[in-house]
Amino acid sequence: MGPVLAVLEMNANQLTDASQELVTKAKSLADELGTTAMAVAFGDEIGDAIRTLDVGKVVVIGGPAVTSYASLVYEEALEKVLAELAPALVLLANSTMGMDLGAALAARTGKPMLAYATALAVDDSKQLVATSQVYGGKLLAEVQLPTEGTIVTVIPGSWPASGTSGTPQLEDITAEMVPGVEVVRVMEEDSGADVDITRAEILVSVGRGIQDPENLELAEELAQAIGGAVSCSRPVVDAGWLSRSHQVGKSGKTVKPKLYLALGISGAPEHLQGMKDAELIVAVNSDGKAPIFDVAHFGGTADILDLMPALTERLQGRGQ
Amino acid sequence: MKIAVLIKDVPDLVEELELTEEGRLAVDDMSFVPSEWDDQALEEALILKEGDAGSTVTAVAIDTGDVDNMLFTALAKGADRGVKLVGDFNREMSNRARAEVLAHYCHTEGFDLILTGVQAIDDLDGQIAGLVAGRLGAAHASVVRDVALGSTSVTCIQEYSGGKMAELRLTVPAVLGIQAAQKTPRYVTVSKVRQMQKSASLEEIEGESSEAPALEIRRLYPPVASSHAEMWGDDVEELADRIVNLLEEKKLLRS
Ligand SMILES: Cc1cc2nc3c(=O)[nH]c(=O)nc-3n(C[C@H](O)[C@H](O)[C@H](O)COP(=O)(O)OP(=O)(O)OC[C@H]3O[C@@H](n4cnc5c(N)ncnc54)[C@H](O)[C@@H]3O)c2cc1C
Ligand SMILES: Nc1ncnc2c1ncn2[C@@H]1O[C@H](COP(=O)(O)O)[C@@H](O)[C@H]1O
Repeated sequence: MGPVLAVLEMNANQLTDASQELVTKAKSLADELGTTAMAVAFGDEIGDAIRTLDVGKVVVIGGPAVTSYASLVYEEALEKVLAELAPALVLLANSTMGMDLGAALAARTGKPMLAYATALAVDDSKQLVATSQVYGGKLLAEVQLPTEGTIVTVIPGSWPASGTSGTPQLEDITAEMVPGVEVVRVMEEDSGADVDITRAEILVSVGRGIQDPENLELAEELAQAIGGAVSCSRPVVDAGWLSRSHQVGKSGKTVKPKLYLALGISGAPEHLQGMKDAELIVAVNSDGKAPIFDVAHFGGTADILDLMPALTERLQGRGQ
Repeated sequence: MKIAVLIKDVPDLVEELELTEEGRLAVDDMSFVPSEWDDQALEEALILKEGDAGSTVTAVAIDTGDVDNMLFTALAKGADRGVKLVGDFNREMSNRARAEVLAHYCHTEGFDLILTGVQAIDDLDGQIAGLVAGRLGAAHASVVRDVALGSTSVTCIQEYSGGKMAELRLTVPAVLGIQAAQKTPRYVTVSKVRQMQKSASLEEIEGESSEAPALEIRRLYPPVASSHAEMWGDDVEELADRIVNLLEEKKLLRS
């Protein structure tokens, strides 16, 4: 059987948390399947980050073509690595890069692909079985995977990284330039933004259940009464109702307040990724089956447009 | 530019997701809505067309069931053409199988720019943007917003996590997985869609499928959460009292 291969992603020459999780899983699956764990990473200055990974081999793809992430360059380089290593399984994070590369590589190579995995295990009959989160987190899919090069994208945070170390063999290759996708510039979200929701102890977080930008005032009033800040889910930002700096989740901020009050938020996996480690989560959503209740500690099924003013009134009633 | 938008409908999450005894979605009993990200992709395409007189927008859907209304809605919103790819297709069709049909059609039509949603709630075996791009060997990017047309290229913003992003320039033909349109998707009234149904027609084109790898799905099931919120019911007053008590207990109340 071919190796279990983790495709790694770096941020400022450091392995992302999601990549560390992939390495941990590649190692444990390889042990169970009786094969080797390997990794492939991109960049010229990543030696420190990969030298002690607990895998048998790391293929380092470097050169001027990989200075910034561009789908076609990475794909073409990876396709060669896959052809050479013939992996049993290829793991990528379900990040932007993983969403780009996973599906495209699967289509280019004709291998099966599974997205949104949250668990991977070898069952009693030695079959590789994955669990994926679909339908906005309302259903899970149990899928049996062939060990002939299946490409899997994994939701970050699905299992802990072990942090064990090893002495992998290193192989350096240089990526070729591929025209088609050019990185004009890389940018960071404006850090002089209006709020820093990552520092608030209490977040009054609103989702699409807020329905109308005029209702945001109810959330602002509640946040003021409770002594917290307003944050939100992505659709609220996309609608232009709050600025991007308010957004919690996969493509927004990761927050860990003392209290996260989720109001009219369904709890899609991309949202949960940014707030599930809050110390205390209270969710109010008219749909009692909303996945947010699986991570919340306490919940209610009232209409948030009624709940917010009722709560504000009580809090304002308390002496300052 | 000749722009295609690949759209599909998905189960409405507002409703209960019923399962069959075999652990499959009971698709016959469910209502379907356009995938929200495809709706964003359509809006972005329409905005691009409005900014460039020479561009056309073709809305494309595979006929897996009731897709006519979705296509007429796209026409009512301003798409130039509504294309229904017909064949032996059904709601259980995997994304890999869809991608074969879509890539074949897009290749034949020679679109410059293909937009679709960044993902859909049911794309278990890969997102359409990457799959179609991979089949076409086209430039592509996913998790994208703020698309702008050049003469033989398009630019866009690709979002990474934690507020990092890049401006990309892609040579056409290019495939983009749209995260969000520049504006909230427009709304058209039911009567306008009806009018469109009377005055316009959809192009029915035989979809060409080819073999695609299939996943062996053992079952779908609702998550048995390792924990669940303690539920406090739906009474507003009681809920507000309970939350205040909790704040007090956790010493989170300002004194
Ligand atoms: C690549 C990618 C990255 C993403 N990144 C993020 C991210 O960073 N952050 C993020 O949040 N999302 C992100 N998303 C989007 C995510 O998939 C969901 O679409 C989004 O989180 C849904 O937001 P929501 O819960 O507010 O809306 P919905 O899912 O529409 O939920 C609204 C909820 O409000 C409830 N409701 C409605 N009215 C009321 C009322 N009056 N009272 C009480 N409850 C009510 C409904 O029951 C429903 O559960 C991302 C998606 C992708 C593809
Ligand atoms: N019917 C098809 N379906 C999907 N992709 C195709 C099809 N025909 C050609 N392609 C791809 O489109 C690209 C350009 O093809 P061509 O213009 O025929 O050289 C190649 O990468 C082909 O693999």
